[in-house]
Amino acid sequence: MLAFILRRLLVAIPTILILIVISFILMFAAPGGPFNTEKPLPAAILANIEARYGLDRPYLVQIGSYIWNIVVHFDFGPSFKYRDQTVSGLIAQGFPVTLTYGSLAFLVAVVLGVALGIAAAIRHNTWLDYIATGTAIGASVLPNFVLAPLLVIVFTLWLGWFDAGGWSGKGWDAAVLPVIALSTSYLAAIARITRSSMLEVLNSGFIRTARAKGLPMGRIILRHALKPTLLPVLSYLGPAFVAMITGSVVIDVFFSTGGIGQYFVNAALNRDYSVIMGVTILVGVLTILFNLLVDILYAWIDPKIRL
Amino acid sequence: MALTEPTVEEIVHHAATAPKGRSLWSDARRRFLRNKAASLSLVALVLIALFAFGGGFVAQYERGYVDFTLIGINSTQGVPSFATGHFFGTDQEGRDLFARTVQGTRLSLLIGVVGSLVAVVVGTLYGAIAGYFGGRLDSAMMRIVDILLSIPFMFVLILLLVMFGRSLLMLFIGIGLISWLSMARIVRGQTLSIKNKEFVEAAIATGVRPLTIILRHIVPNLLGVVVVYATLLIPEMIIYESFISFLGLGVQEPNTSLGALISRGASQIGNGVPWQLAFPLFFFVVMLFAFYFVGDGLRDALDPKDR
Repeated sequence: MLAFILRRLLVAIPTILILIVISFILMFAAPGGPFNTEKPLPAAILANIEARYGLDRPYLVQIGSYIWNIVVHFDFGPSFKYRDQTVSGLIAQGFPVTLTYGSLAFLVAVVLGVALGIAAAIRHNTWLDYIATGTAIGASVLPNFVLAPLLVIVFTLWLGWFDAGGWSGKGWDAAVLPVIALSTSYLAAIARITRSSMLEVLNSGFIRTARAKGLPMGRIILRHALKPTLLPVLSYLGPAFVAMITGSVVIDVFFSTGGIGQYFVNAALNRDYSVIMGVTILVGVLTILFNLLVDILYAWIDPKIRL
Repeated sequence: MALTEPTVEEIVHHAATAPKGRSLWSDARRRFLRNKAASLSLVALVLIALFAFGGGFVAQYERGYVDFTLIGINSTQGVPSFATGHFFGTDQEGRDLFARTVQGTRLSLLIGVVGSLVAVVVGTLYGAIAGYFGGRLDSAMMRIVDILLSIPFMFVLILLLVMFGRSLLMLFIGIGLISWLSMARIVRGQTLSIKNKEFVEAAIATGVRPLTIILRHIVPNLLGVVVVYATLLIPEMIIYESFISFLGLGVQEPNTSLGALISRGASQIGNGVPWQLAFPLFFFVVMLFAFYFVGDGLRDALDPKDR
């Protein structure tokens, strides 16, 4: 097990480095620097600014010190656009918010999705199954940037139950619409995967044996069918995690929750390279670590996986 | 038992009266057409394509034409109506929403199809080569795909768009970069099982060159899977593009896409102009639904497992 984890870590680290180097190369290759303005700056001033941000050093030194600062000090450097802010400061401000509603949405998607999928599989070809699969298909063609405005129309404009946005200084109800908007399509996907996986498991030999010896259905589901059912769901969690982080960008923009996505979009619109790179790298590292975690869990649950 | 050679007349007679052979594809077509949801969706897609490519002839206004008299009084004067020729109403700038929806739908369709085509060409070749040659080449090629898949591509795509400017070309390149990865994985898996079949062995034995084997014998047998997956990939690409355009990073004015139109419509929901969201959203959702059902129908028709 330990060797397996170590081997996966050995793959994860170069992946992270590749990500950093790719984003750096993109920055160097980009036409026009971050300080190109409509009125060209005098050469002396430009040189001063570049020296201030260390952009006058050789590329290799820049990459080296960039990586060194991230690893040792968790320092992604200063923002190129806002003189008084660092990338790490922006991340420290926005990330807790993203993490809060993100993990809530993740929990909702997994728990409700699995429950719905199992219910649909047990009541295969009944109205419950049809409703569950119908909703799942519907939700999968409603990406969060479509769902979010619809939710606001229904719950804010028509029913007036929730505010249209905002986060800090608000109670739990500020999280309701963002969590629904973020989790629905992954809830649907997880429900679909669980349903088809459960149906397959329920048709297999060992379940027939369990039923033949007279076990009650609830016991069969919980003790025998649940674990093999969850394996494909587990392997979907990695992609779902990535998608949720990506989706949080929309949530932040739409509901003004002030999460990390808001800074990312603003930075993207302002060509604030250091913020974009910082967030991209952070998200990349999180993704890779999460995938590693899922892989380890998978190997732990399924003994057939070779370590 | 004495067998007499058949005469020419007998052979001709036989050929004329023999039941026509059923090919895999004609079988699949019959199964597909029996699936009501899928056939209906195909009709819907044809109609949407007609709208996207022929709607420009019906539109009463140029999509760039700004009606200054309507600005500010949009909610009362820009209502969809046949009398004014603004079939879908006007947007905040007094432009004809019908013409803009036509162009947006066209762009979304193009993005989907182009992204999917890149996936088909690159992904199929990549996966087939990796799977056919196997060994070290296979593990190296697949490791590259694994690494690329574990990077949060939406963020890298945004990075790309920011660094190299927000152009349509960059969007196509970025989407093309992502789309082929999972296709390569699927194709590789299929190739692994096909390459051990007798007809491949026969080809090797008669000295056919490896690349010819891949193109002549393996790829045609992959087509079913590739077609199904390519169809399911189209809505995914459309969602990607819309997501980017929703954030304002994709298509730039005066061009537009469904994602950009939805974003603009959603930002006006409080102003009494619901048609600005409703029409683009309608085409978006119907298009995604239709692609989804067509892909599903194709899978049922072409997948030999579920017969």
